[in-house]
Amino acid sequence: MDELLKNEERAVLELRRLYRAQGYEPFKMSKFEPYSLYVNHKEFLISEGAITFTDTDGTLMALKPDVTLSIVKNYRSSERTVQRVYYNENVYRSAGGGRGYREIMQSGVECLGAVTALELGEVVLLAAQSLQKISPDFVLDLSHLGIISAVLEPMGLSQQCRAEALSLLSRKNIDGLTTLIPGEAGASLRALAALSGSLSDALPSLLPLCTTAEARAAYDLLASLSRMLEDAGLQRHARLDFSIVNDMNYYNGVVFRGYVAGIPTGVLSGGQYDKLMARMGKDARGVGFAVYLDQLERLTPSAAGCDVDAVLTYGPDADPAEVLRTAKALRETGERVVLAARPDGIRCRRVLEFHSGEVREIG
Amino acid sequence: MDEMVNVALPKGRLGEKVYDMFERAGFDCPDIREPGRKLIFENREKKLRFFWVKPSDVAIYVERGAADVGVAGKDILLEYQPEVYELLDLKTGVCRMAVAAKSSFRDDRSKTLRVATKFANIARKYYSAQCRDIDIIHLNGSIELAPILGLSDVIVDIVETGATLRENDLVPFETITPISARLIANQVSYKFKEKTIAAMVAGLKGQVKEP
Repeated sequence: MDELLKNEERAVLELRRLYRAQGYEPFKMSKFEPYSLYVNHKEFLISEGAITFTDTDGTLMALKPDVTLSIVKNYRSSERTVQRVYYNENVYRSAGGGRGYREIMQSGVECLGAVTALELGEVVLLAAQSLQKISPDFVLDLSHLGIISAVLEPMGLSQQCRAEALSLLSRKNIDGLTTLIPGEAGASLRALAALSGSLSDALPSLLPLCTTAEARAAYDLLASLSRMLEDAGLQRHARLDFSIVNDMNYYNGVVFRGYVAGIPTGVLSGGQYDKLMARMGKDARGVGFAVYLDQLERLTPSAAGCDVDAVLTYGPDADPAEVLRTAKALRETGERVVLAARPDGIRCRRVLEFHSGEVREIG
Repeated sequence: MDEMVNVALPKGRLGEKVYDMFERAGFDCPDIREPGRKLIFENREKKLRFFWVKPSDVAIYVERGAADVGVAGKDILLEYQPEVYELLDLKTGVCRMAVAAKSSFRDDRSKTLRVATKFANIARKYYSAQCRDIDIIHLNGSIELAPILGLSDVIVDIVETGATLRENDLVPFETITPISARLIANQVSYKFKEKTIAAMVAGLKGQVKEP
């Protein structure tokens, strides 16, 4: 059974099992949403643009480019303090660089409500476990936007300069940061950009950069996440990396991204988005992540082998019922058998011939 | 798991200069010096694999993970905005992105400016910051011809010494941004091959000469 599943299909099943086991409930949404939902929060989306069309009543609709916004929109503070949902949906996004729209299979979890350090830890652990399900060779990068803000704030940069600094930070462009904010004034930002490594190695170097009370609280949170990951035996996969700078108008606090060896782009992205909740008029906090499953097909090397195990050829006079019966018998031994008058163009391990009630190997 | 570090170098004079820096930093691959048409060179002992690609393609190889690191001009990085880490300014291949026009050109802000360039995104961004309405004419080479033949008012192009411009009676009159070669890395490779890549950055840093 397992060999029949592609990587992405297997991942969907395993992730669903993982999320269900922790009490996350499935969230199913329709393929479309009013376009206004996305246009009002377009900075939250990873890529710009959505496929739009006019509904029968004239409303401009969009094929969903994102799931989180819909989940947040539908959130109602209920008797439950925390609402936990998971989803598996296709989203439609532009691929960037004029490469047109793409359909991307995405799984993820969202945890909304009175989110505390415990729920935060749970989601970060779930992110690490999700990556582990995909490949044992994975990395989860953690960053904290509160620390980045605390380092940027005292510099008193203009809005444009701040955006430029964040863009340079996201590219680890230390030379660019030196040019933008030279000398001692930019030293802490450069130190943040240079900081990268396993959580346990990098946390001590982070401490001197956390001078404000907010930054210190953020540091303590990262340290406690580090302990949680250690308890789960996942600490060696977790890294600290401040090149993750999700849009600060929506995200705050911990943000993270996941990678697996063999896939050249990130496969998981998430974080805390209390500001999005506030912008959408929800009196609650939120944290979640998405796993991009479309890339997982790259993990399996292309099958250079055979189309089938055997080709069973038959002559023009053969009795069809007898040929089908013989093929069925062969398939019952576990072989993949295809019927063909001639074996031309089929890659197979062996060629069998059916002739007057008997099967013989001819190649 | 293939632990080789793949390095994409830009074909041509810049690439050779940059390879010298790699060699002096201890990341060498002697085969690369041998004449021939080979495209890939390996140093198995140091787990390095170099290959030459078209300069404008380096960023694509790195972004998509076919190369772990590479050397690309800042012009290419600004134009295509690849999702890569930009780890070091190698301060070689130094030139600038500039606006040039015929020496007789006078800017008329009441008209749409016609801009001929290979770097449409850089030009668009530069003029949109000035709220300027422009008409981009995308050319693939011999950009200098455009203002001479009246195809465009100005050009946005790389200026190294300015000799080609002078010979064609063109003058660079605004610098958009300085350009130099950058060491870039694939974001995922950086996580999984961090030690080697960090050592490469440190080694190359020692070879960077202030222009």
